[in-house]
Amino acid sequence: MTDGQTPPPLLDIEHLTMRFGGLLAIDDLSFTVKQGEIAALIGPNGAGKTTVFNCLTGFYKPTEGRITFTRPDEQQFLLERMDDFRIAAKAKVARTFQNIRLFANMTALENLLVAQHNNLMLASYFTIGGIFGLKHYKRAEKEAVEKARYWLDKAGLTDRADASAGDLPYGAQRRLEIARAMCTQPQLLCLDEPAAGLNPRESAQLNQMLLNIRDEQGIGVLLIEHDMSVVMGISDYIVVLDYGEKISDGTPEHVRNDPEVIRAYLGVEEDEMKKIRK
Amino acid sequence: MAAEEKFSGKHLAHALKDAVIAAAIALAITAPTIGLRTIITQQGLAIDQRWKWVVICVASVFIGRLCLNLFIFPKKSGETGALAANFTQAMAQFSANLARNIKWLGPVLILFAIIFPFTGLADRYTVDIGILVLTYIMLGWGLNIVVGLAGLLDLGYVAFYAVGAYSYALIATTFGWSFWVCLPLAGLFAAFFGIILGFPVLRLRGDYLAIVTLAFGEMVRMILTNWYTFTGGPNGISGIPRPTLFGMPFKRFGEGTFHEFFGLEYSPMHRIIFLYFVILALALITNFVTMRLRKLPIGRAWEALREDEIACRSLGINTTNTKLTAFAIGAMFGGFAGSFFATRQGFISPESFVFLESALILAIVVLGGMGSQIGVVIAAVAMIGGFELFRQLEEFRMLIFGLAMVFIMVWKPRGLISTREATIKLNPEPDKQAAT
Repeated sequence: MTDGQTPPPLLDIEHLTMRFGGLLAIDDLSFTVKQGEIAALIGPNGAGKTTVFNCLTGFYKPTEGRITFTRPDEQQFLLERMDDFRIAAKAKVARTFQNIRLFANMTALENLLVAQHNNLMLASYFTIGGIFGLKHYKRAEKEAVEKARYWLDKAGLTDRADASAGDLPYGAQRRLEIARAMCTQPQLLCLDEPAAGLNPRESAQLNQMLLNIRDEQGIGVLLIEHDMSVVMGISDYIVVLDYGEKISDGTPEHVRNDPEVIRAYLGVEEDEMKKIRK
Repeated sequence: MAAEEKFSGKHLAHALKDAVIAAAIALAITAPTIGLRTIITQQGLAIDQRWKWVVICVASVFIGRLCLNLFIFPKKSGETGALAANFTQAMAQFSANLARNIKWLGPVLILFAIIFPFTGLADRYTVDIGILVLTYIMLGWGLNIVVGLAGLLDLGYVAFYAVGAYSYALIATTFGWSFWVCLPLAGLFAAFFGIILGFPVLRLRGDYLAIVTLAFGEMVRMILTNWYTFTGGPNGISGIPRPTLFGMPFKRFGEGTFHEFFGLEYSPMHRIIFLYFVILALALITNFVTMRLRKLPIGRAWEALREDEIACRSLGINTTNTKLTAFAIGAMFGGFAGSFFATRQGFISPESFVFLESALILAIVVLGGMGSQIGVVIAAVAMIGGFELFRQLEEFRMLIFGLAMVFIMVWKPRGLISTREATIKLNPEPDKQAAT
């Protein structure tokens, strides 16, 4: 499949359909995300964006369709068949949530260490080695703390590392959640409205952080966002959803001028409106 | 102005009315609980009447409420507010001190626990209470893993205590194996039962989990009561062998007894003090392992599970295994405590494993502050020790007990020690670094 030709995309969603009883939340959606690319999923409220995320990260099982994830080392995973925690652990897809889901009573540092659970668990020989305080585990823990320190630094939270995550300001919690997702060493980072509730200055910081992640880690980023300054500023590729259907995709420039998109966001034109009323 | 208003007729009438209502409530509560008492006479059960005490109770409630109405409540809100603020401040100060001094409180308590049997305080009665308190501390610590760390509300913890006790009793009476061989086996059996309970409740949380675990506890007790051929039913199992120290029994007569080996005068206290140290060691092992686990990935995963299960799964944590290990390890310590209970009593029956025991252990964990090790100790000492302290008061101690519980829950709704110590720090404070 890959020999001689262009490598398969990082994420390939084909004919994804999700039905909740009679409600068609996603209707035959297909798009791809390439490695080292920031893709954005936009659309009006209720368009099915978060449902796509939940299918992608295993929290929902899609009714139809195939989600192929190809890591740069050419290991392939069919995400629609995997359990949610295996998608994060094996395929290396990390996500954040629309309503922040930090471990509020644990410190920022502990949040980042929990994200490295699987590595540390192996290093502690499934706890048995850890109980007896083996050197091997201590070294692994030190490395984990170093990695956490690196991401705390990226999120600008080094001096708040020992504060409870729930006590941090809202913008800091958003950044910490991204840092936590990055500590799982993902190949694809899925962000659900990372800029929601941020002020313009914090949005700009977030943009910078996401660009850094793309450029330095070389991973794919898929984000859902309403804040157009974020979407238009950093996305390489945009998919627009409306009522579960893809109505447009392409570069920010293309999407911005697509009449379908304008219609979905601003409503139908005045004379058409009159026809409907009659 | 204020003084005139205070004693105006209207105010007085209101105060009287309020006091009468309070007295009526007191009468309704005390008449059946204090006024009537069943006593055993030669003819059988009879009812003893103690109306004098009821009158005293009702009168004191009436006068107290009247005084409150007349002198405390009418004070300007600022004054009572200040009073209340002073009180809360003092309490906050007290708990802050407690939290700050936890570092040395633990070692001091351990030291005291070790030298206690050799001090003048120790007699048969006090050491027995010590054993009882330590058993509950151990159970509290075991349950703390499930409830305090993993956040899984378990109302059937006593089932694992029972499994531990019956495993030891049955193995020891059937095969004659020694306590020290049976102890790990009993722990393993209890852990196995923890996993058996864990599987069906994996998807449940909060109230639903509490109901299922409650039912599980009752099921275990019912099976123990009704499986007559295996467990002896309601008659229980008697003649459970006592533990030995490296094979030396604590008996007055016989070969190679403890007092003979050490050239001591025989004293029944030896066995009790030995039992005391066995449970102390078991409890300290529980504590040590729990503290250790908390700082390991598994412990952090438990706490993360308590905070947010969905986030855990999004980070690639296998929540099934994490929950099952919490159930299994918590149950294992319950099993150890159970087999100790069996060897101490020499006799067990399903009556020892009723729901009230689960509730008591859970109350210890909740009052102490979920997840706090030292909180469990304080709560266990206060509850079990306090229970014994007020023994002369007979059934009234339940009232005091209830009152104390209400008071603590009003004052500290999250338990005595509600501060959470971080498992790891990026920038340890200098004084703490020097201390460790």
